[in-house]
Amino acid sequence: MELSTEVQMDLHRRMVRIRLFEEAAGKLAEAAKLPGFLHLYVGQEAVASGVCAALTDADQITSTHRGHGHLVAKGGQFNEMMAELMAKSTGYNKGKGGSMHISNLEVGMLGANGIVGAGAPIAVGAGFADKYRGEGNVAVAFFGDGSTNIGAFHEAANMACALKLPVVFACENNEYGEFTAREKTMAITDIIDRAAGYGMPGVIVDGMDVVAVHEAATEAVARARRGDGPSLIEAKTYRYYNHHGVQNLGLKYRTDDEVAEWRERDPIFTFEEHLIANGTASRADIDAIWAELRADIATAIEFAEASPVPTADQLLVDVYTEMAPTAAEVPA
Amino acid sequence: MTRKLTYGQAFNEAVRQAMAADDDIFCAGEDIGAFGGVFQTYAGLQAEFGERRVVDTPISEQAIIGLGVGAAASGLRPIVDIMFMDFLCVAFDQIVNQAAKIKYMFGGAATIPLTITTGGGAGLSAAAQHSQSLEALLCHIPGLKVVQPSNPYDAKGLMTACIREDNPTIMVLHKRLLGMQGEVPEDAYEIPLGKANILREGADVTVVGWGRMANEALDAAEKLAADGIDVEVIDPRTLQPFDTATVVESVRKTNRVVVVHEAVRFGGLGGEIAAQIQEEAFDYLDAPVARIAAPFSPVPFSPVLEQIYLPSADDIEAGIRGVLARPGV
Ligand SMILES: Cc1ncc(C[n+]2csc(CCOP(=O)(O)OP(=O)(O)O)c2C)c(N)n1
Ligand SMILES: [Mg+2]
Repeated sequence: MELSTEVQMDLHRRMVRIRLFEEAAGKLAEAAKLPGFLHLYVGQEAVASGVCAALTDADQITSTHRGHGHLVAKGGQFNEMMAELMAKSTGYNKGKGGSMHISNLEVGMLGANGIVGAGAPIAVGAGFADKYRGEGNVAVAFFGDGSTNIGAFHEAANMACALKLPVVFACENNEYGEFTAREKTMAITDIIDRAAGYGMPGVIVDGMDVVAVHEAATEAVARARRGDGPSLIEAKTYRYYNHHGVQNLGLKYRTDDEVAEWRERDPIFTFEEHLIANGTASRADIDAIWAELRADIATAIEFAEASPVPTADQLLVDVYTEMAPTAAEVPA
Repeated sequence: MTRKLTYGQAFNEAVRQAMAADDDIFCAGEDIGAFGGVFQTYAGLQAEFGERRVVDTPISEQAIIGLGVGAAASGLRPIVDIMFMDFLCVAFDQIVNQAAKIKYMFGGAATIPLTITTGGGAGLSAAAQHSQSLEALLCHIPGLKVVQPSNPYDAKGLMTACIREDNPTIMVLHKRLLGMQGEVPEDAYEIPLGKANILREGADVTVVGWGRMANEALDAAEKLAADGIDVEVIDPRTLQPFDTATVVESVRKTNRVVVVHEAVRFGGLGGEIAAQIQEEAFDYLDAPVARIAAPFSPVPFSPVLEQIYLPSADDIEAGIRGVLARPGV
């Protein structure tokens, strides 16, 4: 079944937004304008876009160290994101979280995460709250192939299945964890082999094909919403840039040919060819989208650069939630 | 013969020399093999010793420590790496309930010659989950030994001692010292665990600091020397067991003391050290023991806030001037 023009253009737009944000962030990092670590999502855009387009604003996601793409796809705004990466007080996390902890609860994004595997159990909690309230919302855990080697993933998967929670496990298998190839760290090729052990369906999708990802996500989300429990989607994908930053460190852990092969199957450009071939959009339409979003990025960079850094008095703010006074403490 | 090495290279050389001498020693950790570790502290070891002895593990901190515990109990001498100190928390059961306690629980029957290496400390805008100094958590656990070198010479000598040690030892490298250069002997040598080092002798005030803070303390001491203030700087080198005797002896001489650490002040080792000093040298103190440490918040991402957060040579200088301003008795 061919998706509606509206949905297709929405998928495309999400991917282009991610690509432009990430390319801009990479350039800023290389110009030493972004402090700290930066894990770019370029190459993997179809996964976040395909999955998040199947979600409502009330559905929540948990993310990873490679989290900008998830936030963009879930509706994060460039201004506040760029400001956060630049450690400005106008950023989503007021400059206290940065790339690795970027979050925005208003769009249902429960945070990038500096601890590999830590997002999955939190998604289980979000899914529990959804089921508890009975409002029909779901939670999605995004995670990498490498993170499925950590106990937290397995505990989360089992608990979600045991409690039949509305959780979707969305694995981005880009074949590497940092600088080490997947086959060195697990004896299986497909992450979905792990799904059966917990009693949930697992499906492999081409993570460079946004339509395939979206269809699989739509089904998994519908299943979760119906109350039929979790599923695991494994998207085979690839990151174009280094584990962190842009350039490879000069230390070879994958070949240039391998990178080039994956780039041939670029999720955005192949989808654009498809859109044009099917008459869904013209080249001019597509160029106009890129131009519009490029302008948004330029605005965001200006906004972030003009924004103030946090003031010293912010250091000790938000370590704890301030309690509202009790009845006894409120003056009569 | 000595020559200049970085802190990271000095550590690496300790591992290499120990491995060359003893086939029971192996290393395991994430990205330490072909890649040499994210801080390059394990660079070249897999090329030299092969995949049998330098093992790239999955991202499985709990199993990495467990691998070390089980292999140690079975007669090997594992060196296992947990990339960032913050990730020790993922493996806390294996560290706290297993590695630390097996000897005692088994009535002495087991020996756990395990070295855990990790990178601690802030200052890289790495934010709340990649910047912590959690040594106080570790020092609170009977059965563990905890070490943090402040310079390349110590990195090699202390690591050599950790590897030879028959108890679980946690070697905390400070991420911001990795590129620090210093003279390091070519031959293997050991710096005994549990012995403090007087980095600078002085008569007026004692400063106790480790890791990067030992260097900040030295900078503060240099500056104060220009004003005729004579600062003694002590680097405990090993945090557990802690060399109280050396510190107390110094305090008996100077009568004033400042303890500095990068970890948060509340519940940090500064409190323990202050308590030991007042127990053993109360009558010698001319001023309360001062503590210079991080405020009680997670490490902020913002470089501006992180700068404020981290104790610096200026903060230490102010602390020293503070204790010297007390009239004494
Ligand atoms: C508990 C923990 N261990 C190790 C790390 C260091 N680390 C950060 S990302 C990463 C690789 C993650 O691989 P994967 O889950 O496949 O995600 P990808 O980077 O490929 O997107 C590692 C080992 C970490 N942040 N947390
Ligand atoms: Mg991966």
